[in-house]
Amino acid sequence: MSVRRVIGLETEFGVLAPSQPGANSTILSAQVINAYAATVRQGYGQLAGTRWDYADEAPLADARGWNMPRAVADASQLTDTPRELTAEEIALAGGDVRAGETLYAEQDTDGHVLMNMVLGNGARLYVDHAHPEYSSPETTGPHDAVLHDQAGDRVALAAQRRIAESPGFAEVLLYKNNTDNKGVSYGAHENYLMPRSTPFDDIAAGLIPFFATRQVLCGSGRVGRGMTGAEPGYQISQRADFFEAEVGLETTIRRPIVNTRDEPHATWEKYRRLHVIAGDANLGQVSTLLRVGTTSLVLSLIEAGTAPRIQLREPVAALQQISHDPTLQTVVELSDGRRVTALEIQRIYLDAARAHCRTTGAEDAATTDVLTRWQDTLDTLGRDVFAAKRTVDWVAKLDLMNRYRDRDGLSWQDHRLAMMDLQWADLRPERGLYHRLAGRGMVETLFSEEQIARAVVEPPEDTRAYFRGRCLSQYPQDVLGASWDAVIFSIPGRPGSHRVATPEPLRGTKERVGRLFDAGLDVGRFVDELARGRT
Amino acid sequence: MAQEQQRPQPSTQEQEVEETPAPAAAAPATQEQTQGVDDLLEDIDGVLEQNAEEFVRGFVQKGGQ
Repeated sequence: MSVRRVIGLETEFGVLAPSQPGANSTILSAQVINAYAATVRQGYGQLAGTRWDYADEAPLADARGWNMPRAVADASQLTDTPRELTAEEIALAGGDVRAGETLYAEQDTDGHVLMNMVLGNGARLYVDHAHPEYSSPETTGPHDAVLHDQAGDRVALAAQRRIAESPGFAEVLLYKNNTDNKGVSYGAHENYLMPRSTPFDDIAAGLIPFFATRQVLCGSGRVGRGMTGAEPGYQISQRADFFEAEVGLETTIRRPIVNTRDEPHATWEKYRRLHVIAGDANLGQVSTLLRVGTTSLVLSLIEAGTAPRIQLREPVAALQQISHDPTLQTVVELSDGRRVTALEIQRIYLDAARAHCRTTGAEDAATTDVLTRWQDTLDTLGRDVFAAKRTVDWVAKLDLMNRYRDRDGLSWQDHRLAMMDLQWADLRPERGLYHRLAGRGMVETLFSEEQIARAVVEPPEDTRAYFRGRCLSQYPQDVLGASWDAVIFSIPGRPGSHRVATPEPLRGTKERVGRLFDAGLDVGRFVDELARGRT
Repeated sequence: MAQEQQRPQPSTQEQEVEETPAPAAAAPATQEQTQGVDDLLEDIDGVLEQNAEEFVRGFVQKGGQ
């Protein structure tokens, strides 16, 4: 057992044009995508916009073994059809999505607006509902997942910088948070590949107590309580108050702690992709690592049948009660009548993971790092919450706000604290409060800016993201479309299109196809060689 | 047609913050810590949007996942 597993992270960014109150957020999001396209084009002199291949999308497939009928689904659940902005919509909103004349003018003579990109690092950047979303490339462990999640923040930052430099465009700001504090939430989802043979009921049972308490390690902190944040105070999690169910298919309404969406984006018979919607978006690298690393270990426990057999009496209430108490003293009731704190529940999971790693001889550096950090964080939080401020996002934010409140005698209702909460998540290093702390060395980081910059352009080498990313970098003019499990080419001189399926997330690696890319073949010969299986 | 849009005005001015002298009795380590915190809070003062109430009210998002 180890933390090694195929993992991908998604971030939906909050989007705002301060000088244009009420601006259409889908249009602002499209501006972000198109601005990034312009940035890429500037760097490579080539187009990188890509139509998404929706053939494999099945948002209404439920892991419990059925499909939700389309007729009863909420419109926001139908993510398997492309969202396109019409010229009319854009005109009505008085907007323009093309920041600068370099944007797609040549390719898109019909006025088509780019809503989706697949990037050279294997990621997807697109308009999801009314937010720009970065979906990281597939990685093989929590450390790489953190690196590529950080790369997404830099991609979004580059896009907003581009808009700011474009004459005639209002500045667009992006926030890595999860709520507008007015009743709306948007997600930071995690995806973990699991064997299909693991029964879904075991997954749900094993995860619910873990997810209700994981926030103490990796919540991002929030000013205000309740969906609208109307009740004054500070809470651990951005997302906790938006959950209303234990298990379910929805992600936009009646949100469940465990989501049952069953779109493996891989060979269905072999894999499931666990889609986790219960977490907060983290600016902090260590908080992200704790979120993803501990979850990967708990999934290994579930797969091995060694997850702790504990059950919360009222999971949704527990999730929220725990979030509402930054002193971490709140006790919640288990089904067997025991009353325990979030830290105690986390320790039960940690002990199980330690024991399992010992028995199975997992001693790799990544697993050891996650186990050590998990234990240290629980120990520190149990001793003195504020001693965890260098690594735990909600503690770092609370500590900063408490100092500010002490100096100025502010109550939690003061608008400046709501402003700090929002600006914490501002992606700009010169304005974002998290980034101000990081710039002063007050939070621990795992990756240098150089490493993150490399992950903006280079795909991970050990998953199919390598194949996807390199196709986009090397044959951008020949890629018609792409998705997680396919790349579609248009080959000069040949009719129709050529689809290369990538149903195995651990194939298409540098080891398998690196040399073929390096051979510098024309695209026709490239796909012929692929088809011959000389990879 | 691109509609002419106003470039946003910078919404924050650098704010002058008075130096607060550290208490004379404080031990050197504490003094240093206090100084660090003062610096940090001044930094935050300098970058925080000044029209907090209006700015926060204007941050309205549409539903997401």
